Amino acid sequence: MINEREMHAAPLLSLRGIVKRFGSFTANDQISLDIHEGEAHALIGENGAGKSTLVKIIYGLLEPTEGVIAFHGQPVRLAGPEAARAQGVGMVFQHFSLFDNLTVAENIALVLPRKTPLSGLRDRIAEVADRYRMPLDPDREVWSLSAGERQRIEIARCLLQDPRLIILDEPTSVLTPQEAYALFETLDRLKDEGRALLYISHKLEEVRRLCETATILRLGRKVGSCDPRQESSRSLAALMVGSAICDIRSPATRDLGSERLTVSHLSLASEDIHGVDLDDVSLSVRCGEIFGIAGVAGNGQSEFFAALSGERLAQSHEAIRLDRLAVGKSDITERRKRGAAFVPEERNGHAAAGDFSLTGNFVLSRHATVGLISRGLIHFGKARALTAEVIATFDVRKAGEDPAARTLSGGNLQKFVVGREILSEPKILVINQPTWGVDAAAAATIRQALVDLAARGAAVLLISQDLDELFEICDRIAVMHEGRLSKAREARGVTREEIGLLMTGDGPEGSAHAH
Amino acid sequence: MRIDLEPRPARTLALDIGAPIVALVAAIIFGGIVIWLLGKSPTLAFEVYFINPLLEGWSLQELAVKACPLVLIAVGLSFCYRANLWNIGAEGQFITGGLLGGWLGILTHNEAYQGLIGGWWILPSMLVLGAIGGALYALIPALLRVWLGASEILTSLMLVYVAELGLDWLVRGPFKDPEGFNFPQSVVFDDIARLPFLAEGERLHAGVLLALIAALIAAFVFARSLFGFEVRLIGEAPRAARFAGFDDRKLTLTVFVISGALAGLAGICEVAGQIGQLTPKISPGYGFTAIIVAFLGRLSPVGILVAALVLALTYIGGEAAQVELSLPSDMTRAFQGILLMCVLVADIATRYRIRLRLGAAA
Repeated sequence: MINEREMHAAPLLSLRGIVKRFGSFTANDQISLDIHEGEAHALIGENGAGKSTLVKIIYGLLEPTEGVIAFHGQPVRLAGPEAARAQGVGMVFQHFSLFDNLTVAENIALVLPRKTPLSGLRDRIAEVADRYRMPLDPDREVWSLSAGERQRIEIARCLLQDPRLIILDEPTSVLTPQEAYALFETLDRLKDEGRALLYISHKLEEVRRLCETATILRLGRKVGSCDPRQESSRSLAALMVGSAICDIRSPATRDLGSERLTVSHLSLASEDIHGVDLDDVSLSVRCGEIFGIAGVAGNGQSEFFAALSGERLAQSHEAIRLDRLAVGKSDITERRKRGAAFVPEERNGHAAAGDFSLTGNFVLSRHATVGLISRGLIHFGKARALTAEVIATFDVRKAGEDPAARTLSGGNLQKFVVGREILSEPKILVINQPTWGVDAAAAATIRQALVDLAARGAAVLLISQDLDELFEICDRIAVMHEGRLSKAREARGVTREEIGLLMTGDGPEGSAHAH
Repeated sequence: MRIDLEPRPARTLALDIGAPIVALVAAIIFGGIVIWLLGKSPTLAFEVYFINPLLEGWSLQELAVKACPLVLIAVGLSFCYRANLWNIGAEGQFITGGLLGGWLGILTHNEAYQGLIGGWWILPSMLVLGAIGGALYALIPALLRVWLGASEILTSLMLVYVAELGLDWLVRGPFKDPEGFNFPQSVVFDDIARLPFLAEGERLHAGVLLALIAALIAAFVFARSLFGFEVRLIGEAPRAARFAGFDDRKLTLTVFVISGALAGLAGICEVAGQIGQLTPKISPGYGFTAIIVAFLGRLSPVGILVAALVLALTYIGGEAAQVELSLPSDMTRAFQGILLMCVLVADIATRYRIRLRLGAAA
């Protein structure tokens, strides 16, 4: 009897004294925690706090240097993800490990245990996708999917394996409030079925909504655990960063001046057969204004960004104007020279080149606009000085003098990329998903920088899937859905639910546009 | 068992320099095994291949002469390869360069066209024509890629055979020396149309200087210029390059023109330097060997200078080995192939940590 009770009491997963060192660097230092069946356990901490390392250890991707992992009280050694999956661990990754040239169904088939029958897999994917309200076409090839759609694959393929413990790494970052709400219902149902969740998120409201235990990591150490329902988001954030987070300071009144960025009737067929065509998009952003574009990933935002930046040219020169000057057919360098700056969504490989130094990455977007080039040669001395200015102003944490961009953590690289553009004092800034996968402190820095930039008279166009962010700093918000843009609404006069409905195409305009 | 490739956090200089050396040693060991299987002594072969050519003045000069076209071609290729464009057809560009430049050498034979101004313009014009010939020929796969999306790997490679057969036809037909007893070769160029030797009675010709200058200029371009930055960025992160405002179509054409021009220049240097006339076979495969040189030199111009000397050694050692050990001449090509494989493996090993995971099923 006693034995059996002890068996029951033994947590599904317990970690004792987990240490992971990479050379001289200690990523995890003596971390212990327990996760019980049916428990939703939050893992919170800033980028670089060691969350990813810990999760990789639990999922068998890394072996701990020291410490014990036990499932149901039985110590195990996880030789690989296969071993972890055999223990019932499933993982939804933040960075998607998908094969671009395979279809959704093929990608899922690849990770299923060997003897799983593949017949009917497509139906089962469709069923899971339907049950959890995640539109997912099993026959689409992954390269053609947006970040949001890719994440749905990760969630679906995890759920198909019927896991006992589900690790979710920032799962709601690309969902609408309604979708997130549906996901939480799903997660609640999974909890009721006795499954445990290990939930990693920067969105502390979600943690408070979903989890009954939270483990807080800072600089590789566990600095505490609490019941998030008993804490405020503010107190959780303070635990996470070790100090209080400042509120965004907005100027009391903003002086909205003339139109700086005008888009009129922009239509653009996507280059990609699975992409989204832009359909008659119009908007204008004035001096001092932050204009937000909400929407679920893959509704034309990346196409819109490419059209605004000049990475793709518009059909008509008049479709895009910067300070009244038509630039629809001017390339990105031309637009930069007119005072525009751009921050794309993807840090690695788009906004920055991973193997290039930070100085090299500074040259990348600023070479044409700050006199870095004379007679075809780069003034590296000047570039280094300006790079140092970005690093100092935006508190970019790095190792070494001028390290490769890929050695920076996500939040720090994002601060660098945003800072690089903001220090050019652009008259127009177009910024896509600036705080995706970025820790709370870095996100606050970036948002504050956007607010300050607008206060200095710039027009800021912010494309984001994070409604909290949009409501926090935008003056007006419009929603992009299937390549169309809704009418802009004053951020103060609209509710999250209204925006959410527009995001799913169910808003008043959605039906007006219906065929 | 499963082989995992984990990206290394940072590349170190020691690794960057050490990897090609390890690759060279490994290739020598594999080559030694092949020679041993052929029933010859590997240690003797090593001596003939790699030691003896370094002991005599004339063979050291020969080494530089053989390295010259390799450096020129490989420096050009490094522009393409850094931009992730795979020009495999340098051999063809070498030939067309030699042909177009050599054509002027034939036209001006016996002091023709010298008139009042003399013949000083002939050699520089031949060099320029050589570069133009190679550049135009390289432009074909580049344009096909930009316009039609055709793989430059296939088109550039196949154009090698077109160039080889074209040369063969010309020296048996229109370019044949009318007084050459029907041998398939052109007239021997006038002295004024030949690259001068650097010293009286020696083998070193002025092409060696051209190769050195080309490598130095390329090193400067990669390190300091916006164009070098553009080439590296497009190869590394094409999307970021577009974001930076660089035009990848224009760059494709430019790097192929540079690469072709240098290969063509190598071709005319060989024709106007070493050979002095057009023959059906003006290259012992320099255009292909230069691919190995480019990778062994890690696509850096200075590395290429060193690597070209190593590969030139295999040519000279190979000739000696034919005479002294009666090893087949194909042994040289085989060794070069082994070396390329080793270099590529070493390249992977510098970028990734290779882990064999026993027992972990995929």
